[in-house]
Amino acid sequence: MPSLGADMEAGRLVEWMIAPGDTVHRGDVVAAVETQKGAIEIEVFQDGTVQELLADLGQELPVGAPLAVILGEGEAPSEAVPTPKPAPGAAPKPEQTTLTPEPEAAKQPVGQPVPPPTPPAAPEPTPTVPEAARKPAAQPVPPVAPATPGALRISPAARALAAERGVDLASLKGSGPGGAILYADVEHAAKPATQKTSSPLAEMRKAIAAAMTRSKQTIPHFYLSETIDVDPAIAFLEARNADLPPAERVLLGALFIRATVLAAQQVPAINGHYTDEAGFKPSDMVNPGIAIALRGGGLVAPALRDASGMTLDETMAGMRDLVTRARAGRLRASEMTQGTITISSLGETGAESMTGVIFPPQVAIVGIGAPHLRPWVVEGAVVPRHVVTLTLSADHRVSDGRVAAKFIAAFEELMQKPEAL
Amino acid sequence: MTDYRAIYLEELVRVAPDIDPETVGENDHLQDDLELDSMDVLNLVTALHERLGVDIPERDYPRIATLAQAVVYLAEKSASG
Repeated sequence: MPSLGADMEAGRLVEWMIAPGDTVHRGDVVAAVETQKGAIEIEVFQDGTVQELLADLGQELPVGAPLAVILGEGEAPSEAVPTPKPAPGAAPKPEQTTLTPEPEAAKQPVGQPVPPPTPPAAPEPTPTVPEAARKPAAQPVPPVAPATPGALRISPAARALAAERGVDLASLKGSGPGGAILYADVEHAAKPATQKTSSPLAEMRKAIAAAMTRSKQTIPHFYLSETIDVDPAIAFLEARNADLPPAERVLLGALFIRATVLAAQQVPAINGHYTDEAGFKPSDMVNPGIAIALRGGGLVAPALRDASGMTLDETMAGMRDLVTRARAGRLRASEMTQGTITISSLGETGAESMTGVIFPPQVAIVGIGAPHLRPWVVEGAVVPRHVVTLTLSADHRVSDGRVAAKFIAAFEELMQKPEAL
Repeated sequence: MTDYRAIYLEELVRVAPDIDPETVGENDHLQDDLELDSMDVLNLVTALHERLGVDIPERDYPRIATLAQAVVYLAEKSASG
């Protein structure tokens, strides 16, 4: 079980997409797990042939537990396979588990996936670089087919549990992305009325609360804010989008991501990972984690890998792809751990500013409030301008106010020349 | 005759599958009431454009912000060709 992000320490296996004897390639999606934050796809980390599946559908496993055995070319079948232990608190299950971690991954630089930590250690960046992630940044994962209205979306494990416990699926309201019925929904519905259990949404809130509490307890946050004129950006987008079909239009949020990425390149002290063992390691790549609100509640922040080389159009396409897959429950485990700096924008409606909590092991989060029309001084005259308030939350173990101010100044300068983003 | 109401609701549910089309009111606002964000709205506009062939410029987004407004707007745009 690869790391699933700082706020997820276990996952429940709900779907196998491979069987013993299948040939797999690095980057293939081989399984799906349900976490407290929804369904996540698990990629394989090496080429090979599936020898054995070690985990059962429905089993809850801690990060680091083996899921399957995959033999590389010329590799002999192993005699003994370690039996995975269920996640703490999980109901005992028959023996099973393991997808082996990538042995060399620990040597990879920050921002690249690394092997999962030994449970129950705090989650760390993931396993190997999936093939899909090695493609040029302009090639996002193929879009997920839109849900058919009225179609029931449910994982195989949830369907099996419903049959076992006699739960009528039609009577359930799914709490997963796009209303998908999760294993936890069926489990919740199957419990006797006298036995109180948390809903999946409550579980997600617990996961977020635990991760954010840990962040606040261990990371000495400090904050710098600046109000930024975004009229040049809005005017640029109006002109750019005017003659384009909707599929090619760009949102203000994509400009914010571009500005964040380029500013982070200039200020490496806010782009990377901090761990107790290794201290701060700046990342060679800028992988912006994009905070995405899930409909029905909750938040995920999957990473747009190696975004510094992307054009604005590619950034927009990547953002759109992540949002679509986040809502459809098709994010990949690697995307949940590769972020090197997070950006959270409140969009066109909402509050004036937001002060974010850093997502460990990252060391900074950029919070951007909604654009508001405000009086603004331009060349000595007061004029109406749309402005946003940017707040950088940063880690005092790694940077200080001067460094943070440098990032904000770079961001602001970039936003004044949107055509160059 | 094109049923713009049905098309709008179908595409809305594709963008936000958790929305029950039966519960969408005539004047429910996409963002204020149905909680779509700017990406959802863009995806809805894209879907309507591809399905109906109507151009919906950004300045007209407020004109599809509710079911009642959208039905009128889409009919007008389709008629004007």
